[in-house]
Order: sequence, then C-alpha cells, then structure tokens
Amino acid sequence: MLSRESDNLIVKTVVRIFVPFIQVYALYVIAHGHYSPGGGFQGGVILGASIVLLFLAYGRRQAMRRMGEGLTAFMNSTGVFIYGGIGLLCLLLGGNLLDYASLDRILHVGAAQSRSLGILGVEVGVGIAVMAAMISIFLDISTGGDLPDDDND
Amino acid sequence: MKIMPLKMVAFAAVVLTGALLLYGVEDMPAWGDPQSPANTHVSPRYIENAIPDTATPNIVTAVLADYRGYDTLGETTVIFTAGIACLYILRRPRNQRRKERD
Repeated sequence: MLSRESDNLIVKTVVRIFVPFIQVYALYVIAHGHYSPGGGFQGGVILGASIVLLFLAYGRRQAMRRMGEGLTAFMNSTGVFIYGGIGLLCLLLGGNLLDYASLDRILHVGAAQSRSLGILGVEVGVGIAVMAAMISIFLDISTGGDLPDDDND
Repeated sequence: MKIMPLKMVAFAAVVLTGALLLYGVEDMPAWGDPQSPANTHVSPRYIENAIPDTATPNIVTAVLADYRGYDTLGETTVIFTAGIACLYILRRPRNQRRKERD
C-alpha cells in the first residue's frame, strides 16, 4: 500500500495544502501548552501525524527523502537528550536536577520566568521525541521492517 | 470442551488479583472527598503556588513539566524506548534479507 504514491490528484493536492497547516497547528499546541490544553506529547503526535499523512499520500520513497529512517532515529534520541540536557544543565548551574530556577543564572529573567522557559524547552524535547517515535513505529509496522531502499539491491 | 490447566491457573490469578484490587479500593477516600490527603496537602499547594513559582497559567503543564518533571523525563524515555524497540524487533536490515533469499 505504501510503496507507491497515490494516483489520486485530489488526495495529493489536499495533503500538500494541509500538511503545513497541521504542522503549524502542532507547533502552536506545543508552544501554547502554558496557557491551554496541550504540550509536548499532544503536539508531537500531531506533528508525527502530519508526516504519516505525507507517507500515505506520496508513498514511502518520496516521503522518506524528507523524513528518512536515520533522521527519525536521530530526532528520537535528540528529544530525550534535550530533556535530559536541560535537567543536567540545571544540575551544572548549581540547582537540583530539573530545577529550572537555576537556569536564571544564564537567562537573567527571574526565577518564575526561567521556570516557564525551562518548561517550554522540555516540552520541545518531548515533542521532538514523540514525533520521531510515531513516525518510526508507523514505518516499521506498516512495512514489516522492509524499507524501500532495500528493494533496489 | 476441555479447559487447559494453564488457563485455569491464569483465570485463578486474574480473579485473585481482581479481588485484591477491589479489597484495596475499600480504603481509598471517597470520590472527590475534599478531606482526602491529596486534596488537603498537594493540590492547594499547586493551585496557590503554580503562577508565582512558574509563571505558567496552565497548572497541568506546571505540574507535568516542573513539579513532576522527573516523572515526565521517565515518560519521554518510555516513548523513546518504544520507538527503538519497534526498530529492533521489526526492522530487517538489507544483508539479512539477502541471506534469506539465497
């Protein structure tokens, strides 16, 4: 199903128009988690769904040129690394692990604001990790583990 | 129909666990009880201090990513592990497929 791109012009055009809007909405959900329901997990799932839509409409070969397997695995670990890195940065700046108030030493915006910014950074990390995990799991399950670049040999 | 002995053991385990859980629920505070420990101890602190502490109007986000950030770090690691586990279990590398074909 996924190996070929869709023949349907309507599907492809609608996907091409909608994917950027879905991705902007996902970024909104991640960034607006401070004020409304949302956050890294939800926004990451929406981001992942936009890429999955691309896979469904344009086929693996073309979509993987934008979101390859290596990039997915890299982003998956990068998300966790951002989260853990912010936690360790707090430790290095003299606070407890994940105590964002100590980020004030480099941000200089006050303890409460630096906690808010720390939450935002952590949510971004969560979003990246969730997005990459979604795409990675979708790719592996939908293809049974045989990806298109294998077919050429 | 013959019932497998292992299935009987599994059924007994399920019933026993369910009975234990129901027995444990007896000691839980009533639903929405304002005098329960969670509502007298932690919740008011979060509600009063979330904005002065974190400048984040959404208390859920403040609790999720700040007060209980360690928990969320674990959750993110679980998602990461799920992705990597799917990769390891399902993905068949090119050389392995070639070996199977020969």
